[in-house]
Amino acid sequence: MPNGHAAAHHEALQHHFDSLQQQKDASTFGMWVFLVTEVLFFGGLFMAYILYRTWYPDVWLAASHHLDVTLGAFNTAVLILSSLTMALAVHAAQTGNKNGTALFLVLTMVLGVVFLGVKVVEYSDKFTHHLVPGPTFQFDAPYQRTAQIFFSIYFAMTGMHALHMVIGEGIMLYLLVGALKGRFSAAYYTPVEIGGLYWHFVDIIWIFLFPLLYLVGHH
Amino acid sequence: MFNIPLFPDSASTFAGRVDALYFFIVAVTSFFAILVVALVAFFAVRYKRRRADEVGAPVHGALALELTWTAVPLVLAMVMFYWGASVYFAMAKPPANAMEIYTVGKRWMWKFQHVTGQREINQLHVPIGQPVKLVIGSEDVIHSVYIPAFRVKMDAVPGRTTTLWFQATKAGRYRLFCTEYCGQKHSGMIGEVVVMAPGEFQQWLAGGPATGSMSEMGQKLFTDLACVTCHRDDTTGRGPSLAGVFGSQVTLQGGRTVTADEQYLRESIVNPQARIVEGYQPLMPTFQGLVSEEQLMQLIAYVKSLGTKGQAPGQTAAPAAEGAQAPGAADTVTK
Amino acid sequence: MDTATAPTQTNYINVAHTAKSWLLTRDHKRIALLYLISVSVFFMIGGLFALLIRLELLTPAGDLFEAETYNKVFTMHGVAMVFFFLIPAIPATLGNFLVPLMIGAKDLAFPRINLLSWYIYVLGGLFTLAAVIGGGVDTGWTFYTPYSTAASNTHVILTGLGVFISGFSSILTGFNFIVTIHKMRAPGMTWFRLPLFVWASYATSLIAILGTPVVAIAIVLVALERTLHIGVFDPTLGGDPVLYQHLFWFYSHPAVYVMVLPAMGVISELIAAFTRKEIFGYKFVAFSSLAIAVIGFFVWGHHMYVSSQSAFAGLVFSFLTYLVAVPSAVKVFNWTATLYRGSISYQAPMLYAFGFLGLFLIGGLTGLFLGALGLDVHVHDTYFVVAHFHYVMVGGTIMAYLGGLHYWWPKMTGRLYNEGWAKFAALMIFVGFNLTFFPQFLLGYMGMPRRYHMYPEEWQVLNVLSTAGATILGVGYFIPTIYLLWSLKKGEVAGDNPWGATGLEWQTQSPPVTENFPVTPVVTEPAYAYAHQEKRFA
Repeated sequence: MPNGHAAAHHEALQHHFDSLQQQKDASTFGMWVFLVTEVLFFGGLFMAYILYRTWYPDVWLAASHHLDVTLGAFNTAVLILSSLTMALAVHAAQTGNKNGTALFLVLTMVLGVVFLGVKVVEYSDKFTHHLVPGPTFQFDAPYQRTAQIFFSIYFAMTGMHALHMVIGEGIMLYLLVGALKGRFSAAYYTPVEIGGLYWHFVDIIWIFLFPLLYLVGHH
Repeated sequence: MFNIPLFPDSASTFAGRVDALYFFIVAVTSFFAILVVALVAFFAVRYKRRRADEVGAPVHGALALELTWTAVPLVLAMVMFYWGASVYFAMAKPPANAMEIYTVGKRWMWKFQHVTGQREINQLHVPIGQPVKLVIGSEDVIHSVYIPAFRVKMDAVPGRTTTLWFQATKAGRYRLFCTEYCGQKHSGMIGEVVVMAPGEFQQWLAGGPATGSMSEMGQKLFTDLACVTCHRDDTTGRGPSLAGVFGSQVTLQGGRTVTADEQYLRESIVNPQARIVEGYQPLMPTFQGLVSEEQLMQLIAYVKSLGTKGQAPGQTAAPAAEGAQAPGAADTVTK
Repeated sequence: MDTATAPTQTNYINVAHTAKSWLLTRDHKRIALLYLISVSVFFMIGGLFALLIRLELLTPAGDLFEAETYNKVFTMHGVAMVFFFLIPAIPATLGNFLVPLMIGAKDLAFPRINLLSWYIYVLGGLFTLAAVIGGGVDTGWTFYTPYSTAASNTHVILTGLGVFISGFSSILTGFNFIVTIHKMRAPGMTWFRLPLFVWASYATSLIAILGTPVVAIAIVLVALERTLHIGVFDPTLGGDPVLYQHLFWFYSHPAVYVMVLPAMGVISELIAAFTRKEIFGYKFVAFSSLAIAVIGFFVWGHHMYVSSQSAFAGLVFSFLTYLVAVPSAVKVFNWTATLYRGSISYQAPMLYAFGFLGLFLIGGLTGLFLGALGLDVHVHDTYFVVAHFHYVMVGGTIMAYLGGLHYWWPKMTGRLYNEGWAKFAALMIFVGFNLTFFPQFLLGYMGMPRRYHMYPEEWQVLNVLSTAGATILGVGYFIPTIYLLWSLKKGEVAGDNPWGATGLEWQTQSPPVTENFPVTPVVTEPAYAYAHQEKRFA
């Protein structure tokens, strides 16, 4: 199999790959492997959550009631919708629909920003009510000490998730620029596809976080 | 001539068992080490390259050989596992008649309290031939109690109570080390265990200080800290009665049950909201920071003296079952 | 054969000379050299701290350093050696250089991510060095809570940050290897024709991507606890300090297999090359790497038998610990069997391989003592453990690393090193190593705790022997630095395949061109196809 530059290879083909298909396979597989590492990353926090919820179920119940279920549910719907728009963006890229790709990417980004906006509202509310772990933390008796652990885990998990959302926004922006420049087509839409995988993953993490944090005691 | 020690003293009933396992593993590992080294050396010489163009002869993997040298180590490993586990389980189950000594590690010293009241710092007197159980806590960071001559070790974890037990077999003085890194003077957090013949030990105990026994000190705290206001003997108190509670099964809110061991008692004092007894309100304030680790142990000793497993003292305690659940249950506190 | 003149063909080294061409390279071979330099720097730093430890332990009294200083010295020795040398050494230097070559690819799947991983490593290293220079950290490389979160007043967060950052370097390298090995093998390079070093690198990468994120979270939680007192490890707030140990060891135990699996891969290559025979039981050796990686994730609790972990948990962890020992034993037997009817030569790489066999054998066998619950109670946290892990990590990993470095030196640099000095250094290292660490088994069984800078007088003789060994070992490590560097300018020019070994890396020039193979190779033979190949050496 000859190496070197074949007659007309796609401008996106990197030189160390033999074909666009190999490059696509590698990129897609790579994103899946990366997402596995992310599962383990969040996994440590899930372990801490399980331990402390088992030890202090009453504290968990009392503390969870301070989270706004309506906002949480709204955010869940927003993210699920954004996964839909992301899937539509991938489809558009796959069919060479440049404007459609850009539109759906923009919609995804907007929904992501809405999500983050709601989180800002929620976090400010926590700050006002002295529910941020640290020197200002206050909680009603009798759980005033241990409730801080719940909120530490809440902020760590949702904060880690929000950080991934922000990075996701950056990825969307990068894809948007690429889409507007006409980089994507049926022959090459891998970045959109793997960006989509990342976005769906961040969505799935939230789908676990929502019931575990917001719906404690709601059967 | 040189008197360089190469092996530790053996001064407890565990030493022999641990050493036997050790020598077994030494024997097995030496056998395989010598076998492999001898084979490697022999092959290295026997099959040294003789001509520049020589290559190795193709030898095809024999499945039988592979399976054999997978199975044999596996079997030997399982023997070591089983033997190690049985020694460990013996270490994990103190006998019912073990004499309790409360131990607190604090940067950078060890404090021991005998139930009769003697307190020792960095030194521990114990008799020969009597099982001794250390009930261990920490004031600050994780430490670890280690007595090499007895082959025993257990971490002292803040927020928890751990135990280790031994039965000394030989009079003498044996080193005790802290063996979990705890900061600046970790290497200096050492002590000695003084093992005495039973008669001498009784004399040593009798010559103890005038302060009261652990449970007397605990009773004093119980009154001073106003525990008695809520934890009354009858059922009218805002808190449950503590008579006979130690070692019993306690039903919690939500229907779960828990064994009222040292750990549960300790938690109930410092984090009372964690596991509340069924039928009671979460009213008890926390005493975290208001009592030291030693005082916690005195309170626990006092509660133990109020009877165990549902029996008030004076009633005949149920004979301790072999391998009793709650460590230290049905112990007798001598006054 | 050419002697003192430099290789004249274009290769990946002389193709460009600017600093920018090195610092912005996408070539996996150049990135491997960048890593080689950086890990060597950390090896020297860690080694310096080791020397200081052994100097203090010459005498029973703590008379060389203040206690606090000694505590910082052993901590920083551990941090530098574990996170900045042992974890990346073989994968990021030899692995980066060789994996694409061995599979017949032009580069790794993601060359830019490879370069990024090096920068991340350097950034993590700089944070850690800042902590060292800024006064050090004294928690032990294990950062146990609550000492690290509530009591230590040293640069815990800064060091933690350095380790956290460097963890991403490890994850990215692992991820790159996995995708590369799956997707970029040359035509005809089936899984069971892969060299065993590639199998080992694959298994290592699985561990790196799955375990490292968990220790990252553990470090983040320590930092949050230290700054905000969030309570997750604080018993006064209902937190559990032992939870930290679970999160830490969930990574740190598999991490030791990250350190030793690549070493085992190197040994397979060395033994095959210097016996001119295929490794006996190829498939067993390949699968044993995977078995070690998988089972290795389930044994972390054997570091915690006396931590207040339940006896039942101890039982499960001990059982699995004994299971994970078996594949390692299988490998040792397979390597030994490979020697049978081989054609064995004794150049330096093979001496390192022999050394590995002996030292890894002792290290691995002493793990059996530690896995036994009742026995571990006695030897946990003593010098017995210290001796055990140095036998496997230093006697194992570093011997293999040096052996591999010497074996592939001609390929990487186009030069041959001085064989006489190399043999001398290998022997010196072997002797020095045993003298340093064997006495520590005896000290440990007698009860000498870890991390002590003062000890009972009767243990001085063994400590003095250990320090004497360390000095010899230090000199032994220093010698290769000299002659390897010397060879870059003055060494004999190497041909494409000075050892006559099989493997795709030897079928291209030394040093290789940037794209590795002028023509993509097509593979038709199994790995180690030496049989009946005498004419290759005639």
